[in-house]
Parts: sequence; structure tokens; C-alpha cells
Amino acid sequence: MKQFRRQRRFLALAVVAASLVLGGCATVQQARGGPGQKLDPWENWNRKVFAFNEGLDTYVLKPAATAYANVVPQPVRRGVDNFFANAADAWSAINNILQGKGQAAFEDVVRVTTNSFFGIGGIFDVASEIGIERHKEDFGQTLGRWGFGAGAYIVWPLFGPSTVRDSIALPLDRAASPALLINDGRAQFGLTALQVINTRANLLGATQVLDDIALDKYTFLRDAYLQRRRSLVYDGNAPDADDGDAPPAGPESAAPGASAPTNAASSAAAAASSPTPGASAPR
Amino acid sequence: MLPNRTTAWRAWLTAAALGLSFSLAQAQATKAPDALIKEVSTDVLDSLRADKSIKQGDVQKVIALVDQKVMPHVDFQRMTSASVGRYWREATPEQQKQLQEQFKILLVRTYSGALAQVQDQTVELKPSRSNPDDKEVVIRTEVKGRGDPIQLDYRLEQTPNGWKIYDVNVLGVWLVQSYRSSFAQEIGANGVDGLIKKLTERNSRPAPAPAKG
Repeated sequence: MKQFRRQRRFLALAVVAASLVLGGCATVQQARGGPGQKLDPWENWNRKVFAFNEGLDTYVLKPAATAYANVVPQPVRRGVDNFFANAADAWSAINNILQGKGQAAFEDVVRVTTNSFFGIGGIFDVASEIGIERHKEDFGQTLGRWGFGAGAYIVWPLFGPSTVRDSIALPLDRAASPALLINDGRAQFGLTALQVINTRANLLGATQVLDDIALDKYTFLRDAYLQRRRSLVYDGNAPDADDGDAPPAGPESAAPGASAPTNAASSAAAAASSPTPGASAPR
Repeated sequence: MLPNRTTAWRAWLTAAALGLSFSLAQAQATKAPDALIKEVSTDVLDSLRADKSIKQGDVQKVIALVDQKVMPHVDFQRMTSASVGRYWREATPEQQKQLQEQFKILLVRTYSGALAQVQDQTVELKPSRSNPDDKEVVIRTEVKGRGDPIQLDYRLEQTPNGWKIYDVNVLGVWLVQSYRSSFAQEIGANGVDGLIKKLTERNSRPAPAPAKG
């Protein structure tokens, strides 16, 4: 418990310090691009933190995760992954309850109990084998469900992409880990390290694709993060009309199609893709 | 009398030809979009599994596969113009052509890189909310394998040549929307030619080797 309190105090301090620094650096960039840009008033600062995180990933996390994936046999890694996923399922169950999703909460509870007992502490995912599906929810999603807007985009050192809303949820979402149940500080550290490496190892393929696809990794990751979180809050059925949780009218929306919610863009696209390719082109 | 009859004959022929091509188009268009997606994804996954050289990391093979099986069902022009956004109309036809070409290479390569990691996945359709007479639909699928299912959705539009994909959603992220910011940023800084240059540079890098999962 002491450990937890210390962790909390550290986080609170970090939040205060960060908001001071952010406040100092915040220069509202002119919105040049898509929806993500509008939600990123602290872009200059965020880019610095992002660069720091990238460095950390290149020199520490990725090598560690790669080594882990190469050295540790697949079945063992699967067991580790299942173990952490089981803990995450318990947190999902709580969040499903908080969001009033009875059926999903029930299934998550069944998952956790099944996997904890028959899956030997969560090492085997028996529940998936018998077809009980996972309903992943975290506290950031719960806040979103309760009507909190995402707010501005923030990149945290170590934790990476976030928004104001997800930052508020961050301490709780982080604390909801098996490490919470252990009192021994060193073991707790070890478990957290394993969790981080496991997560990173799961993402090795994805980050490779990301490196290939993104022109500017920062922008791509930001927009992807904002879209994905929004989609998660709506359980994959986010309404089209509005990109992100942005306030609808910005100064730049005067330019035709600039703020381009999907409708505007697709009508422009439809115009452009009408019979003769170059017809609607330059004046 | 004679010229008249020829005209009538020609008119009839034209009508017949039109009717025929119309019904051909109809036949193609009548394949429901969800059936199309299911068919194409199953086809691609089966081909991937059947091919040993792909498992050994032959990305060129995957690229060829995507070109052959997936690209015919994609409205690439629409995808590109939507990603470029308002700048599309400011670009010259030549620039538009180059943008489209380079963007296509980038996407095919990336998509192929992702596909090369496919092992024992299957694709399942999820119920969609569209009406039968919609001209644009969203088809929702889930890729199931080990681990959590991956959300993979498609936006399709009905064209005279059947349904065409014009946007893809991976894990809640629409591709076109994601590119719009990156493209706008690059065009804002270096113009349309700057974006073309950047895409070309990106594409001239050697094809990525598949990562170890």
C-alpha cells in the first residue's frame, strides 16, 4: 500500500511539473492539417517528448523486447501475455460495470474466474478456448463513455500518446496491474518490467508496419491514437460526421474542405473521381 | 428507304450492345459488398497460407498477390484524392497521377508487410447496419487468430464496375483520415511536389523484411 501511495505521489508531482512546463511551452500552432492538428496545441513540446520516447525505445525497449521474443520460447511468452491479460480483464470487468454494460461485465468476470482457476492464475486462456470473448475497457474509455471529451493530445515520457482525458485515467489504468498485489518492491519492479517488455514484444510487428507506412511518425501516431481511442469509446461504432472530439468550427474551416470531416472530403473525392480524371483539376 | 433501314438497324444494334453491357455491369454490381469482402479476404489468406516462399519472407511475392487479388477492387483515385484533401484540386493532372502512383506503391508495400505476418488467421464478417439500396456501405470484419481479434473495416462504394473499396479501418483507425494530416503537413511545408518527392523517396527504400512476431 505504501508503494502505491508513493507511486501516486510521484504521479501527482509529475502531472503538476508537466503542466507547468507545458504551460510555458504551449504555442498554439496554426492548424495546417487534418483533425489531429487541432487537438494538438502543445505540438512543439509533444514532439520533444516523442523524440525522447523514440530514443528510449530504440536503445532500450525495442532491443529488450526483441531479445525477449528471440530467447524466450513462444509458449512461455504466451503464458506471460495471458497472465497480464487476465489482470487486464479484471480491470475491464470493473470498467464495464462502471459503464453499465452488464453483459460484457458478466462475461469478463466469467473470463477472469475461469482463467484464474482453470488457467492456473491466468497463464492459460481457457476462457477464449471455450468461446467467452474479451471486452476490453479501461478507465479512459469509461470517462469517455461518461461524456468527458478527449481534450488536447499529450505525449508523456515513458507512457507515450495520451489525451487530457486519458491522462486523468492514466494513474488508475497503470495501477491496475498484477504488480499492485505484491508488497515486495523489487518483485513489483520486476513484474512491471516484464509487463512492459511483454507489451512491447507484442507490438514488434505493428511498429515495423508503422515505420513503413508513416511519412511523419509523430503525426501518424497522433492521428491514429486519437482515432482509435475515439473508436474504442464508441465500441467500434464511432459516428462519422465528426473527426475526433474536436469542437466543430475552427477558424480554418473557412477554407473549403480544410477541416474536412469525412463528408466534405468524400464529396471532394467524389467530384475528383468523376468520369474524366483531370477534369476538375487546375484552374 | 435504305438509309433509314440502316439507321434503324444500327440503332437497334447500339441498344442491344448497351443493354448487354448494362446487364454485364449489373451482374458484377449485384455481388453484395459483404460477399465481395469475404471472398477477397478468404482468397488472399488462403493464397498466403498455401505459398511457402511467402513464409520464408518473400515480400515481392506478397506484393504481387495484393496487386492481383486486392487492387482490382480498390478505387485508388478516390482514396488518393481523399487523403490529399483540398490540395487535390490544386494539383495538376500530372501531379495527381504521380501522387496516385506513389501512394499506391506505399500502401501496397505496407499492406504486404502486414500480410507477411499472417499465420493462422481467419476473417469473419460482422453484422453491418447498411440498407440494401445504399450506394456506400461500411463492411465490418474481424481477423481472428491467436490473441485478440483485429478489427478490420472497409468503406465501399457502388460503381458501374461493381463495389470498390475506398477506405480501410484497422483497429479503429481509418487510413485516409490518418494520411490526411501527414499529407497536408508535407504539402503545407514543401508543396505538392514536396509530397511526391517524399513518397518517392520512401518507396525507393528496400522492401521491408517481415518482423519476427
